[in-house]
Amino acid sequence: MSQRHVVQVFEQYQKARMQFVQTVADLANRPQNIELLQNAGVMSLLCPLMLDVVPSIQHTAALALGRLADNSEDLAEAVVKEDILPQLAHSLASQNRFYKKAAAFVLRAVAKHSPELSQAVVACRGVDALVLCLEEFDPGVKEAAAWALGNIARHNAALSQSVVDAGAVPLLVLSLLEPEMALKRIAASTLSDISKHTPELAQTVVDTGAIAHLAQMILSPDTKLKRQVFAALTQISKHSVSLAEMVIEAEIFPAAMSCLRDPDEYVKKNVVTLMREVVKHTPELAQVIVNCGGLEAVIDYLGNCHGNVRLPGIMMLGYVAAHSESLAMAVIVSKGVPQLALCLSEESEDHIKAATVWSVGQIGHHTPEHAKAVATANLLPKILELYMNASSSEDLQTKSKKALKSVLQKCTYLPSLEPLLYEAPSNILKHVVCQFSKVLPHDSRARRLFVTSGGLKKVQEIEAEPGSPLQEYINAINGCFPEEIVRYYSPGYSEALLERLDDYQPA
Amino acid sequence: MAELLKIKREFEEFQKEYCCRNREAEENREKENQAATQIQSWFRGCKVRAYLSHLHKKAIIIQKIWRGFTARAHVRQMVKAAYFIMKMNFYEEMAVRIQRRWRGFFVRKHIHNFYARKKYMEGLVMKNELVRRELDQLEELQKRERDCLDMVKEHTAKVYQAQRLHHLLSTKQRGSPMRRMSLLNQQSRCPGVFNSPFRPAPHEMELLLRQVKYQAPTRLASRGKACLLGIPSSTSSSFPATLGSPLIKTSRTYSSRPILPPIGNKKQQGLSREAGEAWEQRLHCRELMLCLQTSYMHLEETQNQLRQLEPVRLRETGSTPYHLSHGSNSFPHPAHTGKSFR
Repeated sequence: MSQRHVVQVFEQYQKARMQFVQTVADLANRPQNIELLQNAGVMSLLCPLMLDVVPSIQHTAALALGRLADNSEDLAEAVVKEDILPQLAHSLASQNRFYKKAAAFVLRAVAKHSPELSQAVVACRGVDALVLCLEEFDPGVKEAAAWALGNIARHNAALSQSVVDAGAVPLLVLSLLEPEMALKRIAASTLSDISKHTPELAQTVVDTGAIAHLAQMILSPDTKLKRQVFAALTQISKHSVSLAEMVIEAEIFPAAMSCLRDPDEYVKKNVVTLMREVVKHTPELAQVIVNCGGLEAVIDYLGNCHGNVRLPGIMMLGYVAAHSESLAMAVIVSKGVPQLALCLSEESEDHIKAATVWSVGQIGHHTPEHAKAVATANLLPKILELYMNASSSEDLQTKSKKALKSVLQKCTYLPSLEPLLYEAPSNILKHVVCQFSKVLPHDSRARRLFVTSGGLKKVQEIEAEPGSPLQEYINAINGCFPEEIVRYYSPGYSEALLERLDDYQPA
Repeated sequence: MAELLKIKREFEEFQKEYCCRNREAEENREKENQAATQIQSWFRGCKVRAYLSHLHKKAIIIQKIWRGFTARAHVRQMVKAAYFIMKMNFYEEMAVRIQRRWRGFFVRKHIHNFYARKKYMEGLVMKNELVRRELDQLEELQKRERDCLDMVKEHTAKVYQAQRLHHLLSTKQRGSPMRRMSLLNQQSRCPGVFNSPFRPAPHEMELLLRQVKYQAPTRLASRGKACLLGIPSSTSSSFPATLGSPLIKTSRTYSSRPILPPIGNKKQQGLSREAGEAWEQRLHCRELMLCLQTSYMHLEETQNQLRQLEPVRLRETGSTPYHLSHGSNSFPHPAHTGKSFR
């Protein structure tokens, strides 16, 4: 009889523990309860339950702990302080797969908040334990372990290095081949987190043959997988020319452009970011992308989306045009300039405008043909306005000035230069007048137009210090016209004539 | 005497004359001296002048001849130089023509081909157009696929609903069982939940309810559409539906699971073996059995084995994990769906 009583007492206690842990786990799902739970001292109660005899209580406690740490950084720090981590790492090797999933979840939740917490996870040999989990058969465990490793590696290069040193990368690449979609996603995202810091890490990832597997997954129907795959390829290719070339050799390019029509915004953004990182390095790589019609796809993308996601597309066009004048001409021929003009007028954020202005400058600064294309899209007054606007950020002003100067130095299309005569400040005006002085001596029709449109009048009104380059240009312009016309348009001429009338004696 | 007087007078006159003349001569001596000097000087001057002019003329002749000589030599030199310069200009102009042609040819052939660039730009425009059209088509296709999938999903959801609401089928209570045949004819006019007498035709739900056969609800999620029987699928999609029944969510979605082939004649697949042969092999040589999952506790046993290998493996972060996880691919996944942590 007494045995049954004793057993009953223990069973009741076990049921109570189980119920407590499950309720806490459910409550921890909602963020508003976290504060209350923390104040109630849930951490000190959960820690001993993690060492409980019953395995299901153990892993439910771990699950609850993980959810708490996920939602709040203080609790994550408390987890670290209570020294649960070494114990979790140790038990990761031995327990069943539900516990492993829960423990990996806790490690992931702790590591996600800050580099110091990740360092704590690394210090208690958590990384080795997680890598062991990656060798498990259960895909759920692998996914949890990969996610935790991704959170650790995300923060800085040293942590990524410790993840790589534990031998995680070949296992992650193998998990890419598994049929489960979630595992593939997480593996791709972890590889992208690892390779984003330094070229050596990216090289390590590439050496295990990740690129081929990632390239195969480009056309999968799952949206989030595509996002992660493209993000991973972007992080790999951004570091150096050889890495970018390896990514291109995997022949993703004509195929990846079909993903530019995906309904998901982030997939498109990641594809365009990948194109930008590849194009940045050398003209040959840019040529590859242009040859498979990449420019058209990016310009369509710019037309369809709005806001911050346009930035990689704009920068990609700028990088392509920066390499050589034939590539810049290719951008112009694919109607990039009107699209950039649209972006400039539609977007309101300064950094996007600065990027657009930079791209336009890169397109227009090669030859007069290019400058004419930029000028006919009516961009010069807009850039001038951005430069003069006091509310533009300093970065935007600097970039506008540089772009304006570089385009103006090649611009010979006079009708577009004339509006600038009226509004430009003197440092820009110098270039405008210089261009006029180069073109007017040779073209008589332009001279006529210049006079009739009032440009000559405006030039006369400009005050310049004698001996300065501006004065020389003005003199050169005045030299193209007969003296009477110059005098006629000089300011104050009508008063001078009237004065002559006063002194005149009729014969 | 007279003559004497005359001679005396003459002598005196002569003396007077002589004195007078001497006196005159003496007076005129200075003047005459000066005159003589002047004449002499003038004459000498003439002489010298004539001599000088003679010298001049000779000097002029000499200088004239010399200057002519020098100038002619100079002119000859100038002509030679001018000729040389003319030749050089001619050569230079010809050289410029040659170089111009050559440079144009060279640049066009080896460095920058204007027409190739023009063609390239035109080709690029065409390619862009092509790419845009292809991408449009692809997008269209993908959209249609997605719409298809959505419709299929909706349809299966409705069918599932119909199955659950089978009891709402409109029937009319009739007493005798022999009249049950006529029930079918009159079912269209039986009032029911989805078959209101005020509607001109029955609700679509009603039609579905009539078509669907009642199935006891199954616990497991039906993975393929083929499981649902007797449904007229107007949208026969060739892609397998990656959805279960909407009420049971699966934490993992599988990509393109092939539909199982119908159970037809049992053809021998693989090596033809007797029934117990594989089992005997397993008993005798366990190590050769890579791909058979035959025991229930296989998973746990293999894990124990791994744990025994653990200290070896922890030291070498090398090739063994590949081998092991390769083996894991051939294991089918457990049917038990675990609790999701998300």
